[in-house]
Amino acid sequence: MGNRPAFSNLMKEIKTGKFLFTGELEPTKMVDISEIIHSAEAMKEYVVAANVTDGPQGMAYVNSLIPSYLVQEKVGLETVYQMTVRDRNRIALFGDILAAACVGIKNVLALTGDHSALGDNPGAKPVFDLDSTQFVYLLSKMIDENTDVYGNEIETGKVEMNVAIAANPNASPREAEILKVGRKVAVGADYIQTQTAFDIDDAKDFIKELSRYNCPILLGLFPLKNYGIASYFDKYIPGVSVPKDLLKSLKSAKKSIKDKKERNKKVDEINLEFFVPFIREIKKSTPAAGIHCMAVHYERLFEPLLKDFR
Amino acid sequence: MIITKLKDIDEIYEMIKPYSKILIAGCDGCCQPPRSINEAKILGQMLELKSKMNGKNLTWKAITVLRQCDDRIAGTTVRPYIDEYEAIVSLACGLGVSMLNRIFEDTLTFPAQDSMFGASENHGDNLYEQYCDTCGECLLGETAGICPVASCAKGLHNGPCGGQVDGFCEVGGYKYPCAWIQIYERLKKFNRLDLFNKFRPPKDYRLMTSPGHLELIQEYTNAIEEEEVEK
Repeated sequence: MGNRPAFSNLMKEIKTGKFLFTGELEPTKMVDISEIIHSAEAMKEYVVAANVTDGPQGMAYVNSLIPSYLVQEKVGLETVYQMTVRDRNRIALFGDILAAACVGIKNVLALTGDHSALGDNPGAKPVFDLDSTQFVYLLSKMIDENTDVYGNEIETGKVEMNVAIAANPNASPREAEILKVGRKVAVGADYIQTQTAFDIDDAKDFIKELSRYNCPILLGLFPLKNYGIASYFDKYIPGVSVPKDLLKSLKSAKKSIKDKKERNKKVDEINLEFFVPFIREIKKSTPAAGIHCMAVHYERLFEPLLKDFR
Repeated sequence: MIITKLKDIDEIYEMIKPYSKILIAGCDGCCQPPRSINEAKILGQMLELKSKMNGKNLTWKAITVLRQCDDRIAGTTVRPYIDEYEAIVSLACGLGVSMLNRIFEDTLTFPAQDSMFGASENHGDNLYEQYCDTCGECLLGETAGICPVASCAKGLHNGPCGGQVDGFCEVGGYKYPCAWIQIYERLKKFNRLDLFNKFRPPKDYRLMTSPGHLELIQEYTNAIEEEEVEK
């Protein structure tokens, strides 16, 4: 861990060494974000902070800054403002970080972002003026030196944020991923939130390899709300494969249980059977700081999933 | 060489519709696939047919130019015909189309092609590949000769990103290799992962900004020649 102070509650909690959880909120094409507010309220009790996604899969969604701010303001749940370099050059990134600092955002997750060609505005001109590592460099300049990348000073106030980066436990060849994370940590990351893992041995190895950087790790997990989501994830999310048994159980729940309530109960059971021992094992035998639980639209699982770890 | 793609005949016809006499200029330069005199003739025949279908007569002549992007060569070759025709259709890349418009200020030159990218010819893989994006600041010494500006879909200087799966890129449906995994593998082979680990700071995009300008070597400029003639 670097010398940067813990500005966010999340970073302070990480420094206590307590095993903790973060959640995820996914604002989409919306003006009325009450659904996001409700989700945040539902997870507030269980997580230290919630990430607010920034146009995942290259989609044109509401800018994540305003939902990040409103969730903090209205719900009192700290947010991790996700930012991709896909849609903003260094001027816009700098401006958005200042704006985020103005409204009290304390965490930023610096991401490359899925290419715009993958999204629903595929002909958009992708930006990628900086890459995610260079964005971390810009953030370090802003936070630690109070300037932009050219040394132009921020006139009033200070940017007080902690910087998160992503890492992909499913990446192959793995060494390239590990070295890339090291490069990013060296320019100023405070903690790591990983993509979703489904293979316990892989996840343990990954955490072990990353731990050489002394940068706290929150392992990403993605509870599967239904078979549709699970198979979509399996097919379309790069490098992620959902374990066959898990897919099979979810499929059979979908087919065999007609009553929605009963089916949900079964789906919850399947998830708990898979993820509770998974989390227990991560907590017991790795140095991970916690779990980044991407139970988007599946807040009801937080209580039974996390009750043993609180 | 510049990789080009012939536009749809309807699109070309729409551009030349207001004219009844057109000059079609092929280019024998680096444009690939070749667009020379034969291609110019075929285009002329197609446009004539298209015009007839629309109840119009089109007069055309096909010529070809050694290199349309050179003002002297293009000027000398095209000038004898320029007064006879109302418009030019160029089968060169955008460089040639632009050059003809600049040389012949009183005639409009229209593009018959879309220019795709500057390419190397890879016979081994049967591909034209864009190895360089002329970015003004060569990184190849740090990346084992594989350019991340041209070959990474996101042009990342510190890759790979999370969009690669088993060494293939998310853009194009995991069909094309991830440049950064290629860079990693090649640097590893030469025991030079120190270069992979290096942080490359934000690029100065002024070096890549268009329009690009560079003065011709002085000995060859008209000014110097004229000076010598005066002497």
